[in-house]
Amino acid sequence: MAAVYAPAPMPSRPARMVVDTWTSMLRILLNYRHSPGLLAASLGVPVIMVVVFGYVFGSAMRIPGGGDYREFLMPGLFAMVATNGIMPTMVGAARDVGRGVTDRLRSMPVSRTGLLLGQTLADLLVSVLVLALLALVGLAAGWRARGGATDAAGAFALLLLFRFVMTWVGTCLGLAVGKEEAAGQLSVAVFPVAMVTNAYVPTGGMPGWLRVVADWNPISSVVQACRELFGNPSAAGDAWPMRHAVLAGLLWSALLLALCVPLAVRKFATHGR
Amino acid sequence: MSDTARPAIEMTGVEKRFGSTEALRGLDLAVPAGTVCGLLGPNGAGKTTAVRVLATLVAPDRGTARVAGHDVVRAAEDVRRAIGLAGQHAAVDEGITGRDNLHLLGRLHHLGARRARARADELLERFDLTGAGDRLVRTYSGGMRRRLDLIASLVTSPPVLFLDEPTTGLDPRSRQEIWDTVKELADGGTTVLLTTQYLEEADRLADDIVVVDHGAAIATGPPARLKAAIGSQLSVTLADPEQLASAAAVLSALSGGDAKVDVAERTVTVLAQPGVAVLLPSLVRELDTVGITAEDAAVRAPSLDDVFLALTRESADTLRSAA
Ligand SMILES: Nc1ncnc2c1ncn2[C@@H]1O[C@H](COP(=O)(O)OP(=O)(O)OP(=O)(O)O)[C@@H](O)[C@H]1O
Ligand SMILES: [Mg+2]
Repeated sequence: MAAVYAPAPMPSRPARMVVDTWTSMLRILLNYRHSPGLLAASLGVPVIMVVVFGYVFGSAMRIPGGGDYREFLMPGLFAMVATNGIMPTMVGAARDVGRGVTDRLRSMPVSRTGLLLGQTLADLLVSVLVLALLALVGLAAGWRARGGATDAAGAFALLLLFRFVMTWVGTCLGLAVGKEEAAGQLSVAVFPVAMVTNAYVPTGGMPGWLRVVADWNPISSVVQACRELFGNPSAAGDAWPMRHAVLAGLLWSALLLALCVPLAVRKFATHGR
Repeated sequence: MSDTARPAIEMTGVEKRFGSTEALRGLDLAVPAGTVCGLLGPNGAGKTTAVRVLATLVAPDRGTARVAGHDVVRAAEDVRRAIGLAGQHAAVDEGITGRDNLHLLGRLHHLGARRARARADELLERFDLTGAGDRLVRTYSGGMRRRLDLIASLVTSPPVLFLDEPTTGLDPRSRQEIWDTVKELADGGTTVLLTTQYLEEADRLADDIVVVDHGAAIATGPPARLKAAIGSQLSVTLADPEQLASAAAVLSALSGGDAKVDVAERTVTVLAQPGVAVLLPSLVRELDTVGITAEDAAVRAPSLDDVFLALTRESADTLRSAA
C-alpha cells in the first residue's frame, strides 16, 4: 500500500453528482439482476391484481352511473403500482442503514443527493416495465385508453411522476426506521392508506367522514386523473381534488417531493447525530 | 499532511451525548502517523462513537477532532478523502458480487470505471478472494464477508484507517488473516485506529493502547508499559492446610500485597505491588526457610486482561464514589 498519500484529483461537484447518481443506480439494478425472483414478483403483481380485483371482486361490482368495472378498475391498479414505489426504497434504505452500508457511504466523499437520486431512478426504470406489463394485461382484459394518445401519454407521465414521488416517501421512511424488519412492518401500514381511496370502489357509498379522507387522499387524485385522461368510467363526487384531479395530482406530487427530498437528504447526511 | 510531527488522528476533549446517554465525556486521543492505536474498552464504553466522530458520521457536541490534519466538522470532505472505514458490521451489499461491491466503491471514489475495475481485481487478488469475487456476497461465510468489508475500506489506499472490532465473531484462523492484513498495512505506513474487546488483539497489533471506559480514556501507553503498571500474581498450593496462615505471611512480606487464602483449595494467592519483582526460586526458598513445602508454586506475569480488569474496576469505583 502506498505510504505517501496522493489523493486523486476530484471532479467538479456537478460532475461528481452525475457519477454518484449513475453508480448508485447501477447498484440497485445489479441487485435486481441477481434476484430474478424479486423482479418476477414485481412483474407478477399486476397480473394478480387484474385477476383478483377485475374478475373476482369485479364479478359482483356495479358502478353507479354505469360503465364496465374493469374499465373503472384499471386506472386504480395503475395508481396502485405507482403507490407501491414506497416499498422497495423503504426496505432498501432501512437495510442499508441497519447493515452499516449507509455509514460507509457517508464516510466517503460522495454526493448525498446523487446517491439517493440514483436509487429512486433505478426504481423508476423498473416501474416502467411493471406499468407496461399492467397495461398489456389490462388490454387483454378489455381495458382501452379512449381519450386519445396525448391524454394517455399524460396519464402515464403522471403515474411515473407519482411513482417517483412515492420512492422518495419510501426513502424518507426507510431512513427514519433504519431497520429492515421495522420497514417490513411499516409496509403493512401502507395497505389501509392505499385502500381508503377511489381505486377499487367509488367513494360515494362510504360514510361521510371516510369519503372525505378518500377523496382527499393523494392516490385518489391520481386515480381520478387517470380515469379522465384515459376516458374510463368514473364516479367522482364534487370534492375539489375530484373536480380538478390532474391539477390535484400534480400539486400533491409537488408538495410531497418538496417535503420528502430535502428531508431524506438531510436524514441521510446526518444519520445518527 | 507531510507534517510528521502532527498526529494523524487527534481528539481533544470530545464530548457526545445521545439523549441522556453520555457516550463520550472528554475523550483525548493522539495517534502518530504510521502507528497502530488500539482502542480498548468494555461494551458501551464509547469506542464506536469515537470512531464515528472521527469518520465524520457524528458531530461532537464539544471538543475537536482532526484526522490527517483536517477538522472533522469544518473540513469533513477532506477527512473523507483521507480515510477508510470498516464499521462494526460487515457493511457490504449482499445482493451483488464481491467484485461489484469493490468496483462500485471505486467508482464512488471517482477512480473512473476502468481504474475502479482494475483496483477491484487487484484487491481481490491480493487478499485471496479472487475465487469468490464473482459470487454473491450473501453466499460468503462470516469471515469472508469481514475480509471483503476490510478490503472495501482500502479501495483508495487511504493513509488513515478505522477498524471497529474487525475480528469480532471470527474463528482463530480468520482472525489471524485479518491481523496479518492490518500488520501489513501498518508496515506500509498506514495509520490505523482499531477498536477491540480482545486484549490479545490489542497486544499483538497496537503500538499504543488507549483504554476507554464511560466515554473517557482511563489509561494510555504501549502494551508493555500498561502491563508494568500491574504487579505479577503469586500463588502456592500446600499439602498441609495447617501451614496456610504462615505461607500467607511469607507471600505478603515478599510481594507487598495482601495475600488471600482459599482453605478449600489449600491455596494462597497475592497480587504483587507494581514494580516488585518476585522470582519463583526465591519464593520457593523463602517458603522453605520457614519449613513449608509447596505442592505447587507459580509466578504469573500480568496479562493485558489483568490490566483491563483492574483499570475498569477502578474507574467504576471512582464513578460510584463521585455519584
Ligand atoms: N445513535 C445513538 N443513539 C443513542 N444512544 C447511542 C447511540 N450510539 C451510541 N449510543 C450509546 O452510547 C454509548 C456508547 O456506545 P458505543 O456504541 O460507542 O459503545 P462501544 O464501546 O462501541 O460498545 P460495544 O463494545 O458494545 O460496541 C452506549 O450507551 C450506547 O447505547
Ligand atoms: Mg462498538
